[in-house]
Amino acid sequence: MADIQSPLPGTFYHRPSPDDAPYKTDGDAVAIGDTIGLVEVMKTFIEVKAEASGTFAGYVAGNETPVQAGDVLARLS
Amino acid sequence: MSLRKLFIANRGEIAVRINRAAQARGIATVQAHSEADADMLGVRLADEAVCVGPAAAAKSYLDIDAMVDAARRSGADAVHPGYGFLAENAAFARAVQDAGLVFVGPDPDTIDRMGDKAAARRAAMDAGVPVVPGSDGRVDSEDAALDAARAVGFPVLVKAAAGGGGRGIRIAHTEDELRKLAPQARAEAKAAFGDGGLYIEKVIVNPRHIEVQVLGDGTDAVHCYERECSLQRRRQKVWEEAGAFGLPDATRAKMCDSAVALARAVGYRGAGTIEYLYDDAADAFYFIEMNTRIQVEHPVTEMVTGLDLIGLMLDIAGGAGLGVTQDQIAVTGHAIEVRLNAEDPLMQFMPFPGKLTGMRLPEGDGIRFDHFLYEGYQIPPYYDSLLGKLIVHAPTRAQAIDRMATALDAITLDGLKTTIPLHKALAASEDLRAGRVHTQWLEPWLEAGNLTSAT
Repeated sequence: MADIQSPLPGTFYHRPSPDDAPYKTDGDAVAIGDTIGLVEVMKTFIEVKAEASGTFAGYVAGNETPVQAGDVLARLS
Repeated sequence: MSLRKLFIANRGEIAVRINRAAQARGIATVQAHSEADADMLGVRLADEAVCVGPAAAAKSYLDIDAMVDAARRSGADAVHPGYGFLAENAAFARAVQDAGLVFVGPDPDTIDRMGDKAAARRAAMDAGVPVVPGSDGRVDSEDAALDAARAVGFPVLVKAAAGGGGRGIRIAHTEDELRKLAPQARAEAKAAFGDGGLYIEKVIVNPRHIEVQVLGDGTDAVHCYERECSLQRRRQKVWEEAGAFGLPDATRAKMCDSAVALARAVGYRGAGTIEYLYDDAADAFYFIEMNTRIQVEHPVTEMVTGLDLIGLMLDIAGGAGLGVTQDQIAVTGHAIEVRLNAEDPLMQFMPFPGKLTGMRLPEGDGIRFDHFLYEGYQIPPYYDSLLGKLIVHAPTRAQAIDRMATALDAITLDGLKTTIPLHKALAASEDLRAGRVHTQWLEPWLEAGNLTSAT
């Protein structure tokens, strides 16, 4: 198990835009550097990238919810 | 009827400014805030505060129903929208009026009219204000866009007819480029504004941005002279001055008179700004748009004219009329404002929503700092990065730049990364001091490494 944490405080998004599918769904393979979500901080969108590889085990933080730096956003197994 | 109780539908530094202006006039204040803003300075200053929704602006500061409902229940008799958020939203202004409250700003129909680029341009032309050569109204097909571009000559700007804030603007240098860009622009305009109408405009090369402050009471209007806002990054203003340097007096007079003519023609009420592009070489100016609200950079105008623009907005909204005649408005000296943003200019302006652990502020004659900071304040990450505006006033422009440099040396905001290093480098720039700047100057100057070498 590996946690993917938010690098910054802001609003977390599962999708690149409201009309798109989530970056990852359960069971997807995740490689180092894959984008798993966006954090919007002060109107700037920062891509959250996986720092480990594994299998996507679900988002922990909800879509469009406020997050703090260090909060767990998603899990890998 | 003068106002008794004002609902402030905004946050940040402008909420502080509006609270103070209202309270100075004996008007009680109700500060709206999101769940993330319960500890902001505007809430602390206000006579009452009310939470209007969660952190996300779409569910609080942009939620018309929540905002109007809170305003009505607070017993306020007027709503000040500030800038940004719902300030130029005609549906909000209408909803406020329908709830029986006064909207501190123009008539909703005026917001609609000036918010539509093509309609605004038509209004300007009808009032005799020069406009940038462009399409005859909105264009709704690629063929019409091409015809319009051929008529004014390339390069052209492609804009959303319903857009604002520099969003969705593209430049096409050739017909081929326009053929490619126009469908994208139409799709994006449709997605962003629900209206795929476009507008085509000739590109003025390296223009300056000069704007005129106006005040209207619905019938009459006056101007409060001009501001120079040419220093921009990503179409956001960075450093603003009053007045515009090196502007011939006759041109200044024409710009100001044009602005008043337009404000009168549309029956403007409240504080508004007419924005122009200025072509230095040709000594020609062109209407771009009218902002139907108070602007971030209004303090430089206040410094050189001695007017309290927010206070006058409240007086006008209360039915007192303009309260000032054109011959009472004069400019003394020169003023400069810089925007202090929570961004790291040495790291591609990365946002920095940190905690302010300590602050030391410059003091003295001709120095003003409009902000919403206090020691221990955690800057929320959910909104824009503006922390405050440092403003200086001095007899001459050169002295104002010197005073700005001194003030920037004296200010410290501990625990945060801010744009202070950018402004120090700008204050030391010979190009800026000599007035060799325009709207396309700052970004190449940054890319050339002038900021890193100055710090």
